[in-house]
Amino acid sequence: MKFLLTVALSVFLSQSALAGVKIEHWVAASGARVYFVESRVLPMLDVQVDFAAGSMFDPIGKSGLAALTRATLDNGAGKLDETAIAEQLADIGANLGGGADTDRASVALRTLSARDKREPALAILKTVLEAPLFDATVVEREKGRTIAGLKEAMTRPDSIAGKAFWAAMYPDHPYGRQATPESVATLTRDDLAAFHARYYSAANASITLVGDLSRSEAEKIADTLTSGLAKGEPTALPPPPGQGKWSLTQLAHPATQAHIYLGLPAIERGNPDFFALLVGNYTLGGGGFVSRLMKEVRDKRGYAYSVYSYFAPLRQAGPFQIGLQTKRSQAKDAINVARDVLAGFLKDGPSDEELAAAKANLTGSFPLRLDSNKKILDNVANIGFYGLPLDYLDHYQDKIRAVTAADIKAAFGRHVRMADLITVTVAAD
Amino acid sequence: MRFKSLLMLIVAAGLTAGAQANPYETTLKNGLRVIVKEDRRAPTAVQMVWYRIGSMDEVDGASGVAHVLEHMMFKGTPTVGPGEFNKRVAAAGGRDNAFTSRDYTAYFQQVPKESLPEMMALEADRMRHLNVDAKEFEQEIKVVMEERRMRTDDNPQAKLFEQMNAVAFQAHPYRRPIIGWMNDLENMTAADAKAWYDQWYVPNNAYVIVTGDVDHKEVFALAERYYGPLEGRALPPRRQQIEPRQEGTRRVSLKAPAELPVLIMGYKAPILRDIERDSDPYALEMLAAILDGHDAARFNKKLVREDKVALSANFSYDSTGRGPGMLYLSGTPAEGRTVADLEAALRGEIARVQRDGVSEPELKRAKAQLIASEVYNKDSMFGQTMEIGQIEAVGLPYQKLDRMLEKLQQVSTAQIQAVAKKYFDDDALTVGILEPQPLDGKPRRPAIATRH
Repeated sequence: MKFLLTVALSVFLSQSALAGVKIEHWVAASGARVYFVESRVLPMLDVQVDFAAGSMFDPIGKSGLAALTRATLDNGAGKLDETAIAEQLADIGANLGGGADTDRASVALRTLSARDKREPALAILKTVLEAPLFDATVVEREKGRTIAGLKEAMTRPDSIAGKAFWAAMYPDHPYGRQATPESVATLTRDDLAAFHARYYSAANASITLVGDLSRSEAEKIADTLTSGLAKGEPTALPPPPGQGKWSLTQLAHPATQAHIYLGLPAIERGNPDFFALLVGNYTLGGGGFVSRLMKEVRDKRGYAYSVYSYFAPLRQAGPFQIGLQTKRSQAKDAINVARDVLAGFLKDGPSDEELAAAKANLTGSFPLRLDSNKKILDNVANIGFYGLPLDYLDHYQDKIRAVTAADIKAAFGRHVRMADLITVTVAAD
Repeated sequence: MRFKSLLMLIVAAGLTAGAQANPYETTLKNGLRVIVKEDRRAPTAVQMVWYRIGSMDEVDGASGVAHVLEHMMFKGTPTVGPGEFNKRVAAAGGRDNAFTSRDYTAYFQQVPKESLPEMMALEADRMRHLNVDAKEFEQEIKVVMEERRMRTDDNPQAKLFEQMNAVAFQAHPYRRPIIGWMNDLENMTAADAKAWYDQWYVPNNAYVIVTGDVDHKEVFALAERYYGPLEGRALPPRRQQIEPRQEGTRRVSLKAPAELPVLIMGYKAPILRDIERDSDPYALEMLAAILDGHDAARFNKKLVREDKVALSANFSYDSTGRGPGMLYLSGTPAEGRTVADLEAALRGEIARVQRDGVSEPELKRAKAQLIASEVYNKDSMFGQTMEIGQIEAVGLPYQKLDRMLEKLQQVSTAQIQAVAKKYFDDDALTVGILEPQPLDGKPRRPAIATRH
């Protein structure tokens, strides 16, 4: 929870990849699934360990547990207190990162690959994964910081809108339940320890290694990293979310701009409609400066700086979402324009020219998706965590080329229904 | 869009090999410099075009015009229609955008390497042939106002930072926000943007950087072909505007809807101008790493974790820039603690360095992090291009990035203690405080009980 003072550059850097990424996959002695890409370009190593331990597994009334467990994982482990962990990592120039989202908790290590750097860094990672202390004093302190952050977020129009949008989309599913100051206040260090014991297990883990290593070294590392984890079993999922039903939420706020979200639950990871929706959405609102939403809302009318649409497939049906911000007095007009654009697209699909442009960009930009270790790591960790086919990247461009306008219309018809569209506005007049 | 610190600037450059020729450089007859960094790890390329013109070159009443022109650069030329630039980049499988800072304006495309020639043709075209159409301007200025609302007006921390700068600087143009005051945007016309373009967008006020799976000779030839025919022109003189010495603490407060107070303490600080002779900026960079370079660095360890006086506590240093430098201490007090408590605690940490210095292990740790991050940052071609662009933008030669790294590695604990004594002068201090206001104007409900 860093409060950045800097204004971010308006640089859109998205995820990544490159034909010819060779993913090696095996199962460690512990039962954890391992994904490895050897890359000798730079003397460095990235290791990401993902557990199915995201907020969707928060018990009722204890929303925020998954996030707090992950946040305090490296605040003391084994014989090391939080200062020793941070100092020892810094001494060898290693970085420990990661976080928790709805589906997963990630722990990511970046280290130099030289043995005298790599080995102590991996030893710390192992300790953090298998023996976090959850010291009561530290947990109370971090609870306080989390609660303060949540209260701050409850004053921000974009956060308010985002929370209300997820609550409206998922009224009966864990995706719709979010941490509150009250729910976090109830958490104890024993809750965290129990959550860790249950979900941070080998059977529930996927490990991704990218960098300056041989296969045999990677095998040893994966075995050692997970040998101290409980064997566990794969986590059972809750019943899938419902389809989403029309609702309108309008929240007051003194901001100068209204924040507007439209959407509904759509597809899960691995859904066969994914490529048709991806290609179609490029024309609708995914294609940066060249989408229909950008043209109509921003270029023609000057209503918004940022307007977009996307599908965010999750373990279970993740959202289709349109978002924009506009001067509060013109919120209604902007919503109408966005709805018209969506309705028009659902009715007619993309033109031949639009479809060709979408395919040209999505296939042509493929090398940009894999031109760094970090991008390879992100892609391969996704493949591993969500159990996508190992040749997913190899066939990515072909799958895009194969999409037809009819596929797009049909897929949008199945997943995006105007009548069910959920709308949230904050600070709209 | 504030600057990265010097430390961040140089770590990604990847130039430590010293004598080797890569990056390569040439200058065209029209004055355009072309820098090529060959990196063949993937079949992609980045082109960036940097103009030595930023918000600090604006005048009162026309703040924000540098950034508005950046937006207008996508609105067409006689041969490339409005919006066509983005379309062509997208068709080539590329991504593009632009950014404006106080010191410079820059444009970039990331593309599969085969598309680099087309990207160079497009950038060359808009370097001298932009059509600043009044109708397009009328829509785009609204977009910029929405951008201002989003980034600043509804973002209390950004607004506080804007107000801090407006108070910390009186004569120097760094006092004006990059995005411009709203009223200046309301009064701006297409003619203002056009005048800005005509005055500053010439090859002799720009440099092009290409990084990626390319051959530098081929890129030089392409540059000659596309940029070569553009005519250079003498630039108007730029007047130096020196900020008078600050003679007393300045305080500014901002009331805005928020939950948590924010404190920013900004001290006037030295800027790196001479890589060989200057030494204080290097020492301040290492001080920044010791105070706020990792989770157990002093600020987080003492103020957040041990004393629990802060929810967050940060140290940042603008060591490079065309204008003056600043050091910022900032943070948010923990529940039950006040902004005054936090200010005292931050001052206490500086006093501790002034009195006792820093330890050898702390300095060694900071240097180890620097060496590692230098490797990590080579992972990004975009990052490597940014480093070269940013250091050139402030008037320092990218060829000296490795030398700057050496200078950082040579900093001693005694030098760090000396700069801590020298620069945290109350007379050069500006304090900014965000005073949170309830959203509905009603008094706050009692806070949730939490132990500390």
